[in-house]
Amino acid sequence: METINQKQQGKALSRLEGALKVTGAAQYAGEYSAPDLLYGHVVNSTIPKGKIQKIYTEEILKLPGIIEIFTHENRPSLAWFNFQYSDMDAPPGSPFRPLHDAEIKYYGQPVALVVAESFEEARFAASVLKIDYEKEAFTTNFTNQLDDARAPKRGFATLLKPLPPKPKGDFDKAFDESPVQVSADDYYHGTEHHNPMEMHATTTMFEGEGKLTIYDKTQGTVNSQLYVANVFGLSFKDVRVIAPYVGGAFGSGLQPQYQLFMSVMAALELKRSVRVTLTRAQMYTFGHRPPTLQQIKVAAEMDGKITALHHKATAETSRFEDYTEVVVNWGNILYPVENTKLDYELVPVDVYSPLDMRAPGGSTGLHPLECALDELAYELKMDPLDLRLKNYAEQDDSENRPFSSKELKECYLQGAEKFGWYNRSPQPRSMRRGNRLVGYGMATGIWESMTLPAKAEATLTKEGKFRVRSAVTDIGTGTLTVMTQIAADALGVGLDEVEFEYGDSKMPFAPIQGGSYTVSTVGSAVVAACQALRKRLLKIAQKANGSLFETASESKVSLTNGHLSLSEKPDVAVSFQELLTVSGKRMIKASKTNIPNPLTLKKYTRAAHSAAFVEVEVDEELGVINVTRALTAVAAGTIVNPKTARSQIVGGMVWGISKALREETITDHRLGRYMNPNLAEYHIPVHADIHDLDVIFVEEKDDIVNPLGSKGLGEIGIVALPPAIANAVFHATGKRIHQLPIHFDMLL
Amino acid sequence: METTQLSRNTNTSKIDCIRTVTFTINGQSTQLQLPPWVSLLDALRHHLHLTGTKKGCDHGQCGACTVMCDGKRILSCLTLAVSKDQSSITTIEGIADNGELHPLQKAFIEYDAFQCGYCTPGQICSAVGMMQEGKAQNRAEVQELMSGNLCRCGANSQIIDAIMEVYIPETHE
Ligand code: FES
Ligand code: FES
Repeated sequence: METINQKQQGKALSRLEGALKVTGAAQYAGEYSAPDLLYGHVVNSTIPKGKIQKIYTEEILKLPGIIEIFTHENRPSLAWFNFQYSDMDAPPGSPFRPLHDAEIKYYGQPVALVVAESFEEARFAASVLKIDYEKEAFTTNFTNQLDDARAPKRGFATLLKPLPPKPKGDFDKAFDESPVQVSADDYYHGTEHHNPMEMHATTTMFEGEGKLTIYDKTQGTVNSQLYVANVFGLSFKDVRVIAPYVGGAFGSGLQPQYQLFMSVMAALELKRSVRVTLTRAQMYTFGHRPPTLQQIKVAAEMDGKITALHHKATAETSRFEDYTEVVVNWGNILYPVENTKLDYELVPVDVYSPLDMRAPGGSTGLHPLECALDELAYELKMDPLDLRLKNYAEQDDSENRPFSSKELKECYLQGAEKFGWYNRSPQPRSMRRGNRLVGYGMATGIWESMTLPAKAEATLTKEGKFRVRSAVTDIGTGTLTVMTQIAADALGVGLDEVEFEYGDSKMPFAPIQGGSYTVSTVGSAVVAACQALRKRLLKIAQKANGSLFETASESKVSLTNGHLSLSEKPDVAVSFQELLTVSGKRMIKASKTNIPNPLTLKKYTRAAHSAAFVEVEVDEELGVINVTRALTAVAAGTIVNPKTARSQIVGGMVWGISKALREETITDHRLGRYMNPNLAEYHIPVHADIHDLDVIFVEEKDDIVNPLGSKGLGEIGIVALPPAIANAVFHATGKRIHQLPIHFDMLL
Repeated sequence: METTQLSRNTNTSKIDCIRTVTFTINGQSTQLQLPPWVSLLDALRHHLHLTGTKKGCDHGQCGACTVMCDGKRILSCLTLAVSKDQSSITTIEGIADNGELHPLQKAFIEYDAFQCGYCTPGQICSAVGMMQEGKAQNRAEVQELMSGNLCRCGANSQIIDAIMEVYIPETHE
């Protein structure tokens, strides 16, 4: 592997787009305008299941400013086949088709789009559009349908989300024969919604001659482009999707959502530019984290060695797709256990399909696992951290292969030291501050480090600067800043000389931005493209000045002060302008696709690890829980930018606190609808809820995972927090609560 | 349905309830012709194309739409534009001084007090208002008085760090 000059990487740079974001100049999808812009407002079904009988559009069309109302009855004819509605993240099954027919599959299903000259007219008309429905019996509570639980269907999406491995050894026997056992079947968390601060919006610019420029809130410009082209029968080159700034997504933008469909349909039909922005309530009418019920059984020898593990998850899905996530596979990657039984089942009910939400699967599965280990430690009268160290996995036992790198032990040790873990008195209810009980809890975290194929392009411009491009988005993760750092190093130039351009489907292919694989995936492509450009420039130099550069190789040249020169002999140089002249082109480009080596991928388990330590205070009379401090020690390879990296982890920790103590979408199963689709009743932590959060990045070197040696950080900050908090609550109060979020009334 | 008596009319300006609103926005006197039901937030975003002020809920639940009105922080989504006739409004676009970033804006960048940036204009306007109110005496009180501004990216601690860097509480001793 070629070594990369690491001058910019490792610097705690502030976000390059910072000034645009703090002055309001950064524009998001629903903020682009056109002189003839129309506003679309979506109408949603008010029943969970049945058929539309009649939509009374006639009177509404007479209201001022109303241009058109689209329903399943008058929508244009669209693609025929299911696969044409599919996208890079579609679960196995039949994708939901907006305005397809009269059938209602879930509460809140989009059933009409009102298009008007102004936002207010569209909104008003949508609010008074009367619709008759024929209701059918429905069920939305999967825990009442556990008899319907079945294995998930396999499909394209299951390639990236492996189903559980086969049973190993003899779980039942080993469990029964082990002296210490822990068992529970009531681990549960409810539905959660992504709720990015920016609501989903699409502005479709009707450019004429069949061409569309679409500003979409998405995590994948190419994914949206593919969907629009397929569904509306347009050619790829006529559809350009731009996502310059994305106001958070956390998974909600991994699939094209219905505002995209609506906006494009209306623009094509009306031959005008159309913007469709969802309301906050409508943000609860597509994907969500599925409520999941889990069982766990763990047994150990008296010395703490774990002998048997059974982890079973039963999750909700829709009637039309089998959404899956990796919930139960983690235990045997984290801990060597000879006898395992891991199961994962789905129960379809009348809801929209679940959708990956920040740390899908991992944040679900680690909760029972890491809580059960805490219970086991108490049964064994052993420190919970010592129990993890006793069962430390030197290799991935579930696949019988080594880790590409794993500094989890350092996470445990450095984290415990800095947090003061061993100051804890193990007895529950033994620590207090005034009328508040104090508890410490810890848990382990893991998240897979994937690399997918991606392409990037590097260019020497006519101004003698460098430009690097990828279609990737920046959903707030710091992609722009980090990619600029990576490109600068790969080219061997300063930050001011490179510009990273992104968020446009016209640019080289990048997969959807998720799974914590962006730095690894796009970063590797950027490195490859920059190296290809350096090679090309050297070739041109050799053409221009053959003898001087004859023996030089790509790694032996520098690009400084507008010249390509020999690193050893800087006075042997040729100017960028001369290179451009010799090439006979306005600019010199190189692009490269990075495809990770499948053999390497097969040989190693690649994952980021973490150890989380949490202190809670619980009001003894009121049961109110407060996370007073939390520390996460993370091993994730090379940290490209410590500042944005820290924010990723801290943001994940806030999500962990939210999952443990705050957020949940509540369903009224008699009505089949969500009861709190708004930010007042869907609780997320506010500033006053967040206290001392600390992050340690332990050193970890990884030559295998990708050329940057860097693992993703988007998810690893969350996964360990909920169990660590639940364990701390136990330590404080002596109560084991297996449901999330934990509310004060459960402690009273 | 009481609205159906309005005849079909695609030209909004012909609705006879249109009002003229005159306000100063970021130091500039501005006049708009608006129906009375347009919120200040939508007037800014749709009519003046000042999209720096964000909409996160439209229901007064998130703080993303916070602007300064006559020196006080308000939620522009819960404010009808016509009710602010003759007022002076400062939006995020008017917080910097002639291209020189406000100290809070600088601190937000320095402390990495945002990720996606969507809650940021509201956080900054709210913090400007909170500082002028001068009630908060310490970090905990700043946290409390900033709690109407949600941040889904979880940049909460950095936001408070950035504010604390700039805010010097008045001491009443
Ligand atoms: S948009 Fe005004 S408070 Fe959310
Ligand atoms: S920075 Fe994204 S919501 Fe606050």
